[in-house]
Amino acid sequence: MTPRSAHGGHGTETVPHAPVFVGETRARLEGLFGKYPTRQACLLPALWMVQEERGWISEPAIEEVAGVLDLTPAYVKGVVTFYTMYHTHPVGRHFIQVCTTSPCNICGAEDVARALVEKTGCRELGATSPDGRFTVVEVECLGACGFPTPILVDDDFVEDVTPDKVAAILERYT
Amino acid sequence: MGYPHPSHPKETVVLSKYFGDAGARSFDGWVQRGGYEGLRKALGMSREAIVEEVKASGLRGRGGAGFPTGLKWSFMPKDVAKPHYLVCNADESEPGTFKDREIMRWTPHALIEGCAIAAYAIGSERCYIYIRGEFTEPWRVMSAAVGEAYAAGALGESAFGSGRRIDVVLHRGAGAYICGEETGMMNSLEGKRGNPRIKPPFPAVSGVFGMPTTVNNVETLAAVPHILVRGAEWYKGLCLGNPKSTGTKLISVCGHIQRPGNYEVTMGTPVKDILYEMAGGPRPGRTFKAVIPGGSSVPIMTREEAEEALFDYEGIVAKGSMLGSAGMIVMDDTTDMVYQIWRLARFYAHESCAQCTQCREGTAWTTKVLERILSGKGKQEDFQLLLDLSEQMTGKTICVLSDSCAAPVVSGIQKFRSEFEAYMTGSRQPSMAAV
Amino acid sequence: MSDELVNVTIEGTALAVPKGTTIIEAAKQAGVLIPHYCYHPSLSSPAVCRMCLVEVEKAPKLAPACVTAVAEGQVVHVNSESALKAREAVLEFLLINHPLDCPICDQAGECELQDYVFQEGRAGTRYKEYAKRYNPVEDFGPDILYVPNRCILCTRCVRFMDDVAETPLLNVSERGDRAFIGIADAQKLDHPWAGNVVDLCPVGSLLSKDFLHKARAWDLDKAASVCPGCTQGCNVTIDTRDDVVVRIRPRPNLEVNRHFICDYGRMNYRWMNRGDRIEAPLLRDGARHLAVDWDTALDRFGQMLRGGSGSAVILASGRASTESLGLARKLLDRFDVTAAVQVPLGQEAPLPGIPGLALRRERAPNLAGAELLGYTAQWDSALGAAASASVVMVLDADLSAADESALAGIAGLLVVLGTVATDWLHRADLVLPVTNVAEENGTYVNRDRRLQRYHQAKSQPGMARPAWWVAGEVLSGPGPDADAPSTADEAFALLADRWPIFGGMGYAEIGFTGRVLPAGAGAEAAR
Repeated sequence: MTPRSAHGGHGTETVPHAPVFVGETRARLEGLFGKYPTRQACLLPALWMVQEERGWISEPAIEEVAGVLDLTPAYVKGVVTFYTMYHTHPVGRHFIQVCTTSPCNICGAEDVARALVEKTGCRELGATSPDGRFTVVEVECLGACGFPTPILVDDDFVEDVTPDKVAAILERYT
Repeated sequence: MGYPHPSHPKETVVLSKYFGDAGARSFDGWVQRGGYEGLRKALGMSREAIVEEVKASGLRGRGGAGFPTGLKWSFMPKDVAKPHYLVCNADESEPGTFKDREIMRWTPHALIEGCAIAAYAIGSERCYIYIRGEFTEPWRVMSAAVGEAYAAGALGESAFGSGRRIDVVLHRGAGAYICGEETGMMNSLEGKRGNPRIKPPFPAVSGVFGMPTTVNNVETLAAVPHILVRGAEWYKGLCLGNPKSTGTKLISVCGHIQRPGNYEVTMGTPVKDILYEMAGGPRPGRTFKAVIPGGSSVPIMTREEAEEALFDYEGIVAKGSMLGSAGMIVMDDTTDMVYQIWRLARFYAHESCAQCTQCREGTAWTTKVLERILSGKGKQEDFQLLLDLSEQMTGKTICVLSDSCAAPVVSGIQKFRSEFEAYMTGSRQPSMAAV
Repeated sequence: MSDELVNVTIEGTALAVPKGTTIIEAAKQAGVLIPHYCYHPSLSSPAVCRMCLVEVEKAPKLAPACVTAVAEGQVVHVNSESALKAREAVLEFLLINHPLDCPICDQAGECELQDYVFQEGRAGTRYKEYAKRYNPVEDFGPDILYVPNRCILCTRCVRFMDDVAETPLLNVSERGDRAFIGIADAQKLDHPWAGNVVDLCPVGSLLSKDFLHKARAWDLDKAASVCPGCTQGCNVTIDTRDDVVVRIRPRPNLEVNRHFICDYGRMNYRWMNRGDRIEAPLLRDGARHLAVDWDTALDRFGQMLRGGSGSAVILASGRASTESLGLARKLLDRFDVTAAVQVPLGQEAPLPGIPGLALRRERAPNLAGAELLGYTAQWDSALGAAASASVVMVLDADLSAADESALAGIAGLLVVLGTVATDWLHRADLVLPVTNVAEENGTYVNRDRRLQRYHQAKSQPGMARPAWWVAGEVLSGPGPDADAPSTADEAFALLADRWPIFGGMGYAEIGFTGRVLPAGAGAEAAR
């Protein structure tokens, strides 16, 4: 199986919600149960699975995860909203995270962010382009401060991005 | 080797020896380079002997706090009636720090080996490596390496046929700086919000899943195989004078510098050597203005302070800051210090877990005051306000996130006051729309 | 908690407390209330509000009193300069996004934010020229509104639902200063004990819809009472405004209900305010009733009983006081008595985190007391016995249509000591207006044999008197020398000769948290 990105693009959430944890995904989750002393500990991995399958984590998906792990939806929601990498709204086919924290900031990260917004047509940070192709968000530190400016496009880490490289990078993602 | 730059002659290359060497990533490649000898040796030793060896080496936690590693291990209860856990902190979330990323990307087996030795030494059968969610590439490399280690019998039911069970489980974070704090990490691992916990109880008594737990940083664990193979005396000898700071330390250098990257130095190396020789000094035509030596959470040093400091735990403290995670953020004379201090404050406001009042409200308020100054509407009384907020955000909360927000603000006002005043008097143009 | 004692000095007061006691609890014993928000004695302590920071001599930092255990020789300064400064700062932080809408907030007057700011907060704010955080009011459940702008994120509500109700219906959502208390779309805060989050909320963030804008806290009169909802006997406070019951809240009793009551008990008060009350004694005169004064009514009641013999039946409410039930029983001593109390049944609803605490199936607060006094719960057999009884006394029972028709053809005298006027009353030979639980003093015995006092919360309507008063007056007979009980305490004292289990104590000994009656002692002395 081709590794799937943990963001956006490849799957869509349906109305009504069709269960995520069936078949192979269910088996993957159950495979984790033995690695942790509690079911609750599988919550972050389970949420990642939902996001890989559906691109974002909807309220019905939260209910499903709660059911599978014997938690309550409110509890799961509290956890989902704590972690910034879980999307509680649909995002574009390609999800771009650009670091603008201090070490990158002094090296021109805000210019990179502006270029990304402009070239993707997203209009502003946090928004999705009208064609649904990209969502660009600012993130706090990607942990690659020596390679300013790093960006994450889906699961692809791209280092040393400068505004003039943005167009070429975007071309790789349709 | 070296990555992204060849190793500098002034470096002492131990952990970073194979950075950039893709051949070191595989199990076989690692074994060819002398890997897994430390684990084999450890499995033939008693747990106590390993702990003593690490104690004797003087190894201190490389995550930021600098707590002696062997001593930490010795806190674990001796009886193993209930599960003990090792948690490897691979959350590397401190801005300016990117050393653990390179260890995982280039030498994943060094970390796995260190985890296995430490797990055995503390009486744990399972090690969780908590890798931050943004680290997609390290995750892929580590996943493959863990698979190989199991296949080769280094991990699993009987590590290298020793009869000792050692499991390594990779756990992915999902975007939260505070999960780099060990108790926040334990909560996150348990499937909770990554809220730091009150101590006591300390992790060695009641850690992850309520069981005795040791949390060690990636770099700390990666150093352990070397200590076992080459001995505590050798490691202790890697020291330029201060016997409390031994071994090598990876420094992440970033910002306004010619050659950003990781540099591995013996403890006690002059900061000046790191900045000017290894990392190549300032960009052409520029001079350094400030250095944040230990990741974004420590006080800002002026150029003068940094240039006079020796790089070890005590040496940096002597110049008014802290070694922290050794993520060195270098700022040259083009830097708008007020803007960058605001940017740091915004980072902490974004990352506050929301538990403690001073942190939840204080980080956000500090950010707003700095925004007001940047928009040209600052007043003299804002200095006192910022200092008061910082004082109340220091030493008052469960963890040190709000202290970390205060550190650059306080040191920034002390050392770069004129830049704040320039915004207040209008001699510097506003860099932000009014808030 | 161990038996070992630790010597500490708190605000200059030296005291010894058990090892393991937290500073905040030890301080209470020293007479010092350390300000706090997230701490609550019946919940886990997360030490997040940082309001209870105190100075401990020789400690490097201020300590959160809620999670710091006392240590031998420790010297604690609650009001040192650094502690006061830290708490002033916490209050300032808590207020920066607070709407300061006390004039329209139900919590005003009983708000811990208001109180502590008044006590030790800054006079003015330094959070000027910035917008405050704003989030709309949310409807959390059947009786609960969430006003996020007033929330100080102490998380008491979340912890109550997680750890005590063991039904995590609330969460902390988001983080940093964007955080708020959240709920899932699919679920409502409809747990049978959910209402406690309103009491637990130290500010006006979680509100009861039932109480919304009904009264200002300072307009309320409060009476210590016992919940008449079931046999658990939770301690409550009845709040009245202008003589109308507007709210029932838990009153702490660590042995019975800790700090909690269920929603059934909380909402079970409207009947206390009913307007259709019997307000005067009514005496049958042919086909009609005549309103008479008490002397006439009591006289007549005495005559009826003195002349009688044979069997008698008492049909009593399970909410009748021990005193009323006991004296009513004594009143009929010359008869062969069948006495029953009404026990409506409902669903049991436990509060999982507090062993022994539940809304009980038996919705009769004084069932155990009645049983000690010789009453049974065998309502139907008592009804059956009524047909041939010389006297049937109905003591504030809620009669169903079936009960009424069973009583329709009785041969003997029918005396009703009642609260609410119903059509059926015209069958009675004598109707005597009595008070309900909110209008009298009395005691109940709960399922664990705990004898507990309740206090009058509102005035009685018209000429209504406690049933124990009525029975006591008749028992002592007419005349200037008669020694009828004039207080509930005196009425209680009249029980011991016949039921020794109630002996050896008076109201003073029962106190505000009750007294457990010895097990196994005979309910009724041998005749």
